[in-house]
Amino acid sequence: MADEKTIISAHDLVKRFGDVKAVNGISFEVKKGEIFAFLGPNGAGKSTTIKMLTTMLRPTSGELRLAGHDVTRERDSARKAFGIVFQDPSLDEELTAYENMDLHASLYSIPKSKRPARIQTLLELVELWNRHDSYVKTFSGGMRRRLEIARGLLHEPKILFLDEPTLGLDTQTRNLMWDYVQKLSHEKGMTIFFTTHYLEEAEAVAERIAIIDQGTIVASGTTTQLCKQTDTKTLEEAYLKLTGRTLRDESESGNNDGMNFKMALRNRRLR
Amino acid sequence: MDILVVLWLRQMRRYVRSGSRLLGSLGQPILLLLALGYGIGAIYKRAGEGNYLQFLVPGIITQTVLLSAIFWGIIILQDKRFGFLAEMLVAPVSRLRILLGSAIGGATISIIQGTMVFFISFALGFRPHHWALVPAAFLVLVFMSIALTCFGAGLASMVEDFQGFQGINNLLVMPLFFLSGALYPLNNVPTFLRIISTCNPVTYMVDALRYLLAGQSHFGITKDLIIMTITFIVTLTFAVNRFNRIEI
Ligand SMILES: Nc1ncnc2c1ncn2[C@@H]1O[C@H](COP(=O)(O)OP(=O)(O)OP(=O)(O)O)[C@@H](O)[C@H]1O
Ligand SMILES: [Mg+2]
Repeated sequence: MADEKTIISAHDLVKRFGDVKAVNGISFEVKKGEIFAFLGPNGAGKSTTIKMLTTMLRPTSGELRLAGHDVTRERDSARKAFGIVFQDPSLDEELTAYENMDLHASLYSIPKSKRPARIQTLLELVELWNRHDSYVKTFSGGMRRRLEIARGLLHEPKILFLDEPTLGLDTQTRNLMWDYVQKLSHEKGMTIFFTTHYLEEAEAVAERIAIIDQGTIVASGTTTQLCKQTDTKTLEEAYLKLTGRTLRDESESGNNDGMNFKMALRNRRLR
Repeated sequence: MDILVVLWLRQMRRYVRSGSRLLGSLGQPILLLLALGYGIGAIYKRAGEGNYLQFLVPGIITQTVLLSAIFWGIIILQDKRFGFLAEMLVAPVSRLRILLGSAIGGATISIIQGTMVFFISFALGFRPHHWALVPAAFLVLVFMSIALTCFGAGLASMVEDFQGFQGINNLLVMPLFFLSGALYPLNNVPTFLRIISTCNPVTYMVDALRYLLAGQSHFGITKDLIIMTITFIVTLTFAVNRFNRIEI
């Protein structure tokens, strides 16, 4: 059994969609207060793993524990422990920014007296306070993203899942967000689990990285450990060595053309 | 505040804010009342059947509720497609409560629409048979709104896209309405049509409302209420069952 500092643990996790094995027997552990990144190309199975961790999808097989709860059996207790920012949009566009935050507060039973201050602080953080009475349908993509991040933090979860949180954000907001997330992790001991396909982001923010490709974890550890394991100098080289060098057969997994294209370009540049 | 109230409020906000939906959904019943009520009314009278508008109004109120409830399902579908459902489903609130809160909202909308059609009909010349029975008719309206909203929610949980929902509208809502005896009395129709109508749960909703509002009934109010109760249990089970199965 995992020791008591482990807050997320997955054991031999599998998710099959018909014939597609989206997640193919992965196991990992995340410690309390750690910032952990899933790094991998499109279609690697990152979102599917997060959806299983957050009770959205039932695993085909395998075991999952969150903050001491079995995710499939004790859904509601597991749900109290985490916050999530989905990869896909998940706001009610017909409501205002403030109403979206307030609805979230109700869903997580945050006391009424604490709501206004907390909502204001978070909306100020993501620089949306001056628009709190605007309908979400009038927001730009980046503004929606920022609102979703603020919302995910509202109930001060023990674990925060971020599925490609910085997609579509400008550099400035991206830095602001990561600064705040790191602060939460260091000051409040919040555990952060995020996915990305930006190497720089994983390297700069994460304390530990798991590289996932075609539904399996091909390597994991700190940047230094990953370089050591692959006998390379940078995370980029390690990543390429683990996932990119062999160009995958397109028919094997349908939607990774974009990444293969980038890889091909990079490989050419490296030669 | 309880989460049921919060979710109900969300539905109400969306309803009030979409002014076009509010007006658009009243267009059809008004059109039906004018075209059929006045258009066919004259022939109906000559055939010795009495006042057609009196006969028609309960049917049109039911149609309004049916349409409103099924189209309310589109909100669930929107939530599913545009992601808000994910936000609700990962929250530490049981799915049953999410479904109930939203469905009570949908039912409230149907009740408002049905009531508005009642008053429009009144302006067009409809008069309730006994004013004392109108509160009872309102209770029947509430009951069938909840049942049909559950039906809409269950259907929306099953389909994946808006085209699928359009298909359901054509294949299900139209027949349910036209074969419910909302537009014509069932005593004089060919046997096959009567049999089909007898199997249609909406028929009994129309019949109950017609008994209470116009003093006419084909099956009798007791049978109507029994079948409505069965319908309610079936649609509620259907909705809960389908909603529980949603995976995103
Ligand atoms: N609902 C589903 N039905 C069928 N296949 C699915 C479903 N969801 C995901 N998949 C498949 O599972 C695999 C992994 O998808 P997933 O969304 O987890 O990838 P990802 O690592 O998050 O990729 P990205 O970087 O593009 O977000 C893909 O091949 C995808 O086609
Ligand atoms: Mg993804």
